[in-house]
Amino acid sequence: MSHVLTSPVYVCADNIDTDQIIPAQYLTLVPTIPDEYEKLGGYAMIGLPDDLYPTRFVPEGGLKTQYKIVIAGRNFGCGSSREHAPIAMGAAGVEAVVAESFARIFFRNCVATGELYPYDAQERLCDVLKTGDVATLDFDANTLTANGVTYALKPLGEVRPVIDAGGIFNYARQSGMIAPKA
Amino acid sequence: MTLTEKILARASGKARVQAGENVWVNVDVLMTHDVCGPGTIGVFKREFGKEARVWDARKVVIIPDHYIFTADSMSNRNVDILRDFAREQGLPYFYDVIDDPNGHWQFDASQGQHKAQYGSRYTGVCHTTLPWKGHTRPGEILFGTDSHTCMAGAFNQFATGIGNTDAGFILGTGKLLIKVPETMRFYMEGAMQPGVMAKDVILHVIGDIGFDGATYRAMQWEGAGVYGMSMDDRMTIANMAIEAGGKNAMFPCDQKTLDYVNERTKENGTKSEFEPVELEKEQSFVYDKVFDLSKLEPTVACHPDPGQRKLAKEMGNVQLDRAYIGSCTGGKTSDFLAFAEVVRGKTVKIDTFGVPATTKVVRELKDTQWGGQSVWSILESAGVRMTENASCAACLGGPVDTFGRLNTPMKCISATNRNFPGRMGNKESQVFLASPYTVAASALTGRITDPREFVS
Repeated sequence: MSHVLTSPVYVCADNIDTDQIIPAQYLTLVPTIPDEYEKLGGYAMIGLPDDLYPTRFVPEGGLKTQYKIVIAGRNFGCGSSREHAPIAMGAAGVEAVVAESFARIFFRNCVATGELYPYDAQERLCDVLKTGDVATLDFDANTLTANGVTYALKPLGEVRPVIDAGGIFNYARQSGMIAPKA
Repeated sequence: MTLTEKILARASGKARVQAGENVWVNVDVLMTHDVCGPGTIGVFKREFGKEARVWDARKVVIIPDHYIFTADSMSNRNVDILRDFAREQGLPYFYDVIDDPNGHWQFDASQGQHKAQYGSRYTGVCHTTLPWKGHTRPGEILFGTDSHTCMAGAFNQFATGIGNTDAGFILGTGKLLIKVPETMRFYMEGAMQPGVMAKDVILHVIGDIGFDGATYRAMQWEGAGVYGMSMDDRMTIANMAIEAGGKNAMFPCDQKTLDYVNERTKENGTKSEFEPVELEKEQSFVYDKVFDLSKLEPTVACHPDPGQRKLAKEMGNVQLDRAYIGSCTGGKTSDFLAFAEVVRGKTVKIDTFGVPATTKVVRELKDTQWGGQSVWSILESAGVRMTENASCAACLGGPVDTFGRLNTPMKCISATNRNFPGRMGNKESQVFLASPYTVAASALTGRITDPREFVS
């Protein structure tokens, strides 16, 4: 994992729930089956209402997004406990979500899977940035820079090494908490 | 300590814990279903090996309930994955759709959606099945791969939703590292007035604290008003803690709790010993508010989130296309009885769908007679499209052939628990959450209607 990420951002508002991140009809895909994991990426954020979000997150028929950073308002990832949500975003190529706040289970699933870095912003970036703006996320300095302005983010703290390791199992093995894989 | 802190302290082998502390807890029950079970099993096998055994077969409960009565082949396959795992691991608590442990599940669409297509072990919605089958016990720890797992907080149990990876970890170890949540107290005085239901209480509270007002927190319910509530009422309330972002809901244990749990553990032969947690004088809350239940009125959560609170009586100008009653929170027998009380002898004006939460609810509605007619028949006579295929159904949309799913943009009033855009199917649809009484009254008029016009 590089310590700096530069990418166009995708901006969404408050209360983006898991049904908007990955609608229920796609939950028949099982994330641990590699082919189905890839397909989940193609449906990431497809539940966003078209009138509010005219720009598609993943191009029609594609599996990957150009937006490696998602900017959001309050309560990102609220709703269901489906791990398909951070996984669909991760499979599509998203590396970080910078939100005003996160729902509990989504945040935990980001860390457990190691799919995404869930950063808390210190201000309401979803009102400042537009979809397509290019931003640079500095994981060491805990900043996001876009349009010539640098915004401070709350440090990830103890969850960062878990995500760096690729999730809770890898972290637990690296740190000797559970036995290595046979 | 608060009730949640007391359970977490006991489960982590500590004398005391406090909010914010991270503790390893021993898990009493892990529940999963057809949507998250296959992924959980995948994580378990990937991480612990193909030959791995679950930590304790009697503590794993698998309940297919989400996408069952659909011709979608992936959904049918996922039920088969659960069956293979249950057989391989010798799991006693697998509530399969079919009776043949070596069979394959395939929904037969040609038989239609109304007539039962399941075997003798199938139960229906997981959160309603858990208490029915004797898997909820005071003082214990329950994790489930479903956000509405918090419903079991009604039974003085710490219960919360987790993802597949955490669930896979539990399958292998029986433990999980969790943060002790801060506790908010909701102190209920008085009693609900006629026409007001537990659903109105929780919709009122979520409107009060906001859609994320309980994020990362425990919602503890106390007061004489709570002891006056039935276990079904408490379940309805606990179920929706997550709709305010809550980690769990927590009710004190009283005689009603003990009677309910003891009867069901005995009936099912599940573990019958348990130790409730009692209220202490010294408790620390981040929020503490008294509510007078007698002041509450029929309440609606408007599109697009459960915190958009209004009173039903203010919403008569909202025209509806559909009414829906079902789900863990709104598909219990008591919910259908309340609904039937309103529509009895009348005819619904809009498409109205009824999906019992469990197969037991189906039986009870058929067995309960009012004036020589079964409640099931009363509902059907009123024009409600009832299905015997108990499941989560259209509460969360699901595959396109799901019974009651909103396949075109429409306005639906629903006794379910969640109304974010697209929740029940079409993403341009609007869903209004309300009590079974309010949904029934609205089904009769075709617009959002205060049920006190119909309830004496």
